[in-house]
Amino acid sequence: MNVFDVLSLTLVVAGAFFLLVGSIGVVRLPDFYARTHATGKSDTLGLVLAILGIAVHEGPSLTDVKLIAVVVFVALTNPVGTHALVRSAYRTGLQPWFRGGPVPEDPTDDHDDEDLVAGHGEGRQ
Amino acid sequence: MEQAYVVIAVTLALIIVIPAYRVIVGPTLFDRLLGAGAIGTKTVVLICLVGVMFDRLDMFVDIAVAYAILNFIGNLAIAKYFMVPKPDEAAREGSR
Repeated sequence: MNVFDVLSLTLVVAGAFFLLVGSIGVVRLPDFYARTHATGKSDTLGLVLAILGIAVHEGPSLTDVKLIAVVVFVALTNPVGTHALVRSAYRTGLQPWFRGGPVPEDPTDDHDDEDLVAGHGEGRQ
Repeated sequence: MEQAYVVIAVTLALIIVIPAYRVIVGPTLFDRLLGAGAIGTKTVVLICLVGVMFDRLDMFVDIAVAYAILNFIGNLAIAKYFMVPKPDEAAREGSR
């Protein structure tokens, strides 16, 4: 085992760890808006680390360039896709989760829940 | 040396199964879409690891590129399709 094998294995194992964190976050976090943190950040970092580890294992070649291209593409598009999903859910009227209690039943009712959604009802007037 | 990558690939295949829980029991539609997107992101890494296992990474990396692009385009299209603006949002859209 030379130094490149050790570096490659370290990167791939670190990436798999962050992918595991992202998977657990998708299942365990309390609501949709919190779960998007797991896919938007942990999954992106895990994929970047793992693919870079595979690129180190491959050595300099055309395949290496393609792997770097995958890293750049996913690092740009994965947060964008997550943001598009969040924007779609927010404009559809999905209410965020609050520790203080249950959210109001009707997401389109914008009169009696102003104190609960302070800072959230911006642009509703 | 290659056995280590086989072990990591099997572990990653088990990790991919976890968000399927959110796809199956997710309380809202958007939770299901989020779980499907998470599975797609992890599958890109799994495809590259399979390429290392079979020693044909030059072929599998092209599949990984295509999979990443399809995942992104599908995510955007489905997010756009399932967006139903609230009535006041729709009025603001119309007045814009």
